[in-house]
Amino acid sequence: MKPEELMTMMEKARADTFEHELRVCTESGCMSLQSDVLQKALSDEVKRRGISDKVCVKGVGCMGLCCNGPLVKADKAMYQFVKPEHAPAIVEALATQPIKELLCDTQQPFFTRQKLVVREHFGIVDPENLMDCIAHGAYQALLKTVTTMTPPQVIQEISDSGLRGRGGAGFPTGLKWATVSKAGGTTKYVICNGDEGDPGAFMDRSVMEGDPHRVLEGMAIAAYAVGAENGVIYVRAEYPLAVKRLTKAINLARRHELIGHNIFGTKFSFNVELRLGAGAFVCGEETALIASVEGKRGVPRPRPPYPANYGLFGYPTLINNVETYANIAPIINKGAAWFAQIGTEKSKGTKIFALTGKIKNTGLIEVPMGIALRDIIYDIAGGIPDGKAFKAVQTGGPSGGCIPADLLDITVDYESLAKAGSIMGSGGMIVMDETSNMADVARFFMEFCMTESCGKCIPCRVGTYEMHELLDRICEKRGTPEDLQLLKDLCDMVKQTSLCGLGQSAPNPVLSTLRYFEQEYQNLIAEAQAARGQTTHADTSEHIELEVLP
Amino acid sequence: MTTTTTATTTRPTVATVWLDGCSGCHMSLMDLDERLITLAGLVDILHSPVVDPKEFPQSVDVTLVEGAVSSEEDLHKANVIRAHSKFVIALGDCAVTGNVPAMRNYWDRSDLFDRAYVENAQEPPTAEERKVILPLTVVPPLRPLATPLHEVIKVDLYLPGCPPPADAIWFVLTEFLAGRVPNAMSVSRFGK
Amino acid sequence: MSAVTSTTQSITLTIDDKAISCRSGETILQVARENNIDIPTLCYLEGLTVWGGCRLCMVEIAASPKLHAACATECTEGMTVRTTSPRLKQYRKMIVEMLFAERNHVCSVCVSNGHCELQNMATKLEIDHVRFPYRFPHLAVDNSHDYMRLDHNRCILCLRCVRVCGEIEGAHTKDVKGRGVLSAIIHDLDEPWGDSQTCTGCGKCVNVCPTGALTHRGTAVGEMTKKTEFLPYLTLMREVKL
Repeated sequence: MKPEELMTMMEKARADTFEHELRVCTESGCMSLQSDVLQKALSDEVKRRGISDKVCVKGVGCMGLCCNGPLVKADKAMYQFVKPEHAPAIVEALATQPIKELLCDTQQPFFTRQKLVVREHFGIVDPENLMDCIAHGAYQALLKTVTTMTPPQVIQEISDSGLRGRGGAGFPTGLKWATVSKAGGTTKYVICNGDEGDPGAFMDRSVMEGDPHRVLEGMAIAAYAVGAENGVIYVRAEYPLAVKRLTKAINLARRHELIGHNIFGTKFSFNVELRLGAGAFVCGEETALIASVEGKRGVPRPRPPYPANYGLFGYPTLINNVETYANIAPIINKGAAWFAQIGTEKSKGTKIFALTGKIKNTGLIEVPMGIALRDIIYDIAGGIPDGKAFKAVQTGGPSGGCIPADLLDITVDYESLAKAGSIMGSGGMIVMDETSNMADVARFFMEFCMTESCGKCIPCRVGTYEMHELLDRICEKRGTPEDLQLLKDLCDMVKQTSLCGLGQSAPNPVLSTLRYFEQEYQNLIAEAQAARGQTTHADTSEHIELEVLP
Repeated sequence: MTTTTTATTTRPTVATVWLDGCSGCHMSLMDLDERLITLAGLVDILHSPVVDPKEFPQSVDVTLVEGAVSSEEDLHKANVIRAHSKFVIALGDCAVTGNVPAMRNYWDRSDLFDRAYVENAQEPPTAEERKVILPLTVVPPLRPLATPLHEVIKVDLYLPGCPPPADAIWFVLTEFLAGRVPNAMSVSRFGK
Repeated sequence: MSAVTSTTQSITLTIDDKAISCRSGETILQVARENNIDIPTLCYLEGLTVWGGCRLCMVEIAASPKLHAACATECTEGMTVRTTSPRLKQYRKMIVEMLFAERNHVCSVCVSNGHCELQNMATKLEIDHVRFPYRFPHLAVDNSHDYMRLDHNRCILCLRCVRVCGEIEGAHTKDVKGRGVLSAIIHDLDEPWGDSQTCTGCGKCVNVCPTGALTHRGTAVGEMTKKTEFLPYLTLMREVKL
């Protein structure tokens, strides 16, 4: 495709407008509530009335408020809890007043306090329709990059934006790109890490399902910047819809020569292929992911050498997370300075969070970095239902930690969360109310780590088992003070000696709950002691020193 | 719980106990040979399988425990030992690690009973007979797992070995009598 | 002769207060052992690729907040390494204790009793008991091969056998199935060893196995001894050919 062709396509697609638009969320959340059936019902209704030229029915990406799904946008009105049988009334209402009973308030803080950068086209474009995406500016950033910028300029722009990796660790993206760019050799790879596996996290799934072209575009720009010609998107097979949408996006982009040889008539070529993960959490770790793509057992290896120098098949490889790539196009389009003014001094831009647990509004949100945790939970998420009290919020998945009520005023950025004993992670937020026992929460996450440990290194393989066993004893009121001490010692050892990030962070849920809620552990142990009577380890006999002997 | 030392003696008191083990550790103790006589001059052995009292004494300075904790009776004994002893030594691999008695832990107890009392019987017992044959009532019931001693009571010193050599036992006892905490790993190891 | 590239440089570093010089590209473990400084390992074996799984060789490097696996960390100029400290000792002890708790290592009835690297490690690290709850898993013994045996009860998943089979013998009969504590060594596509079409019966796996997991059949308690001296030799001969 030539640069002019993209502009022509965009103008043509923009000219194709309808009087009314009915946009149905067709991501996994709403699809599980039959939004696909709903979409068909709406199309049928429009056809039946013979107004197909006036009303466009399309599937769009997630609109965020998943708990009220399926969501439908009918021109300016948003409907919630929509069922297929509502279709005739919705189409009818297009010409008159919106249906009051189904209306969802778009002026509530859940919508107004968000800042959409990655998700700017969610709920607007049809992810399976390339024309629609192009009408909303897809591939403009790639065009700008390959026709007007040099690779060092691109890297500089990304560095200036202050973007940091959205996969969890928050490594500066520009620095990572520069490292791969400086690595020798002509063969290089870019990899998109879509192996999202934290319990309660579905940000990347949503991005891949809701705007796959934006991910492709970000990867292509990254490939141009670091000098790679091949890209791999690694997605877990448990995301069939994301796989379908990405496959379609790749095929469409290829057909229209938006990826492939000599993109926009330049010397830059870029090919992408999709690889499916067989469902191992550890394959989200970069070296394990690479091993998996290479067809080997997905286990991590010691670093250095880092993938930037020695990655896929031994070639320099850039690995970024889905959300990181999805941030690239807006940065190129609107400039690093625009991006850098969002967020805090060290954490720029926005972050998508998946809100789950004991809150009124569960779903996906995108907020500027630096927002207070309290604002997310009480404003955006609507607080705790059923009049219960907030207890803790778990961020960062099994590698993260629990943040208690008295720390709710901290801001959401990489540094503050780390200081509170948790991490930003990939963006899962699980809210717990007073009914949750924190030792039990720690046990849940430890069970996850135990079953997902690859088994390569002993501290993680056996350590997670033993920590789980000790937590089990404590939770089942069989624990002793010695068990708690042993648990603490184990946490320290596993954190310090494990091979990869999964093991090193596996103790975090225990450590953070111990930090803020140790009394709950103590109570369980005291109950165990009481139930057992006096015949326990510690209190059976005073420890008498050896001096009694001659 | 505080303990009162028996008034009649000022010599250190020692007890040895045999839980779920093969008695090999006690054999090793017997292998002290003539040193047993020296030992008898240094301490009072209040309780032991080779002394044959029925009750565990009220207060003992040092108790050596052979064997894993396998049955409910073992558990009871272990608790009594802990309550009445100032210093408890896990003697040998069964007490330290579970060792051979713990090899039954890989199976369910019911499977074990079937194997021992039903499958290997010359004539397969009837359902009625099974109720009587299986060791569920008269003998102390087996615990779900045979465990090392320290899983149920606090242990002060571990002397591994299968069995711990007589020299190791002698070393540990004499170090004790000299008022030192012996390093058992300098004289024995797992499986020795 | 191993190829000495032009980029090889001489490096000086300090290990346990001892000033040492070595060539660039050498790992801390290699250099420490050349200088008679003992760093415990179980998965490392000279002649096989570095695995980095046992984590016993973790050392402290000055100015680094993290611990580093000596087997997988190359020496750098001016590096100051400490191979032992109360903290490292404690970690190493816990790691070996966890191995004993993970599977059924009953030393007293093991063919490798007295010649076992795991048992020796426990003695060296002065492990007199295991603080962790034992797992007591129900594991099989693969007795299907004519003259070798795999006893999963005694396997520590160091994967020396998998590596020697793939890297030295070139058969890649052995690999791993499952994950976490449920991982297990398999032959081909998880078939009985005796049925394996790819196993050459060379027996290298038995010799590199640190415990009684891989043994010759017909050995009784304490009778199984192993030799690993052939490995550096085979690796060297292979380099000469190249």
